[in-house]
Amino acid sequence: MTIDKQTEVERAAIAFRLDPGSGVPTYLQLVQQVEHALRLGYLGQGDRLPTVKEVVSSLAINPNTVLKAYRELEHKGLAAGRPGQGTFVQGTPGTLGLGELTALRKTLLAWLRTADAAGLDEAGMVALFTTALRDFGGERGVVPPGQRSHDRRGGTPVPGARDGSRGQAGRATAEGVA
Amino acid sequence: MNVIEATGLGKRYGRAWALRDAALAIPAGHVVALVGPNGAGKTTLLYMSVGLTGPTAGRITVLGSEPAGSPAALDQIAFVAQDAPLYRNLPVADMLHLTRNLNRRWDQQRAEARLSELSIPLDRKVGKLSVGQQAQLALTLALARRPRLLVLDEPLSSLDPVARHDFMASLMAAVAEDGLSVVLSSHVIADLERVADYLIVLSHGQVQVAGEVEELMAFHSMLTGPAAAADDLAERLAVVHVRRAGTQAHLLVRNSGPAEPVPPGWEANPVGLEELVLAYLREPGAAALPGPTARAAQRTGVTA
Repeated sequence: MTIDKQTEVERAAIAFRLDPGSGVPTYLQLVQQVEHALRLGYLGQGDRLPTVKEVVSSLAINPNTVLKAYRELEHKGLAAGRPGQGTFVQGTPGTLGLGELTALRKTLLAWLRTADAAGLDEAGMVALFTTALRDFGGERGVVPPGQRSHDRRGGTPVPGARDGSRGQAGRATAEGVA
Repeated sequence: MNVIEATGLGKRYGRAWALRDAALAIPAGHVVALVGPNGAGKTTLLYMSVGLTGPTAGRITVLGSEPAGSPAALDQIAFVAQDAPLYRNLPVADMLHLTRNLNRRWDQQRAEARLSELSIPLDRKVGKLSVGQQAQLALTLALARRPRLLVLDEPLSSLDPVARHDFMASLMAAVAEDGLSVVLSSHVIADLERVADYLIVLSHGQVQVAGEVEELMAFHSMLTGPAAAADDLAERLAVVHVRRAGTQAHLLVRNSGPAEPVPPGWEANPVGLEELVLAYLREPGAAALPGPTARAAQRTGVTA
């Protein structure tokens, strides 16, 4: 019932979902889903993001959480609020060229093979990578320690979260196009 | 402006204190979760904030400096008691009519619009509505009064998962629209995790934790490291709760600032709201309170 109503009202290009088990703060999940949708082309320049009311009515979260996510997107230059109209996509996240990405992926795969040969299983690799990433973030001192591992963990592509958001973005786009 | 402010607030029933020496200053614009075990004093605090009962000691004001329970305060506060008390034999329309006549502020249009959005028929008897619909009706009646502060006592306790989600979703939509402040109690912390941005933990009639959720999260962390070094660390840090196994120990600590360095050999992880609340409830001696009245997180005895 509620879902039907949502699809009727929803004119935004994407719809958010939450992964309660991911450990990533809610506002960051929203930010990441927008970035992800941008990378995958579900969102483009000028697209309207769901209004705060739309988001809280579907996810049952605090409106301030959505506002925080949108502020963060504005801060990153990815979105801009237009008074009385909503928040709109403004840019795209800085992505590397395909060549660079392929090269990085190759190095990572080589590392994975070494780890595998050393007898490390998948969970072990993830744990090691996450810890290293956190230490790296700490060294750079970019992220406040209170949120450090949240942010870092958030920055790590968690398979479950990514699949989820992709599925969601795909579904939302299908609705938007239809 | 503070939506609820209390100093030295206490309530005694017979010889037992339901609430004792409570100091609170809840700023406006929050969704406040009031949590604690059964009998911690949650309902007593809510009743006093809406003027349903008076304090035995201390004072409580609402929405600036209105005395709780004064006509000026009541005009701007809506209260939904536990289990959504409604007249079961009345049709929904009569329930609206009744509430409208009992209150000075009333927005009939809004009430009807909400009910039609929720597909609740006006001619249906209240008793024939589902439990979820009854909760939504009670919320509608409260919101139609256009309150600046909405107080809800255990609003989710009798609802199934879908009704819980829908109730919270429509409550949050109202917050987004009206910018009203909300105080809601629950003994199920998981229900409130995504909704609340201000937390009050009551335990044994005392306010144990009060503060913005984000700040509380930033100032607490879980340190995991060797059990042998736990005592030494507990000497230096404000430890709220310790869980210790043979070789490993988990210490939930309250940091003095968000940028506290992690002790060498220890791993720091953020804590969840539920984890934080449970840790405090298990250590009645520890407290996290803001302002000059703060009892800094005390070093509690390390439990083996």
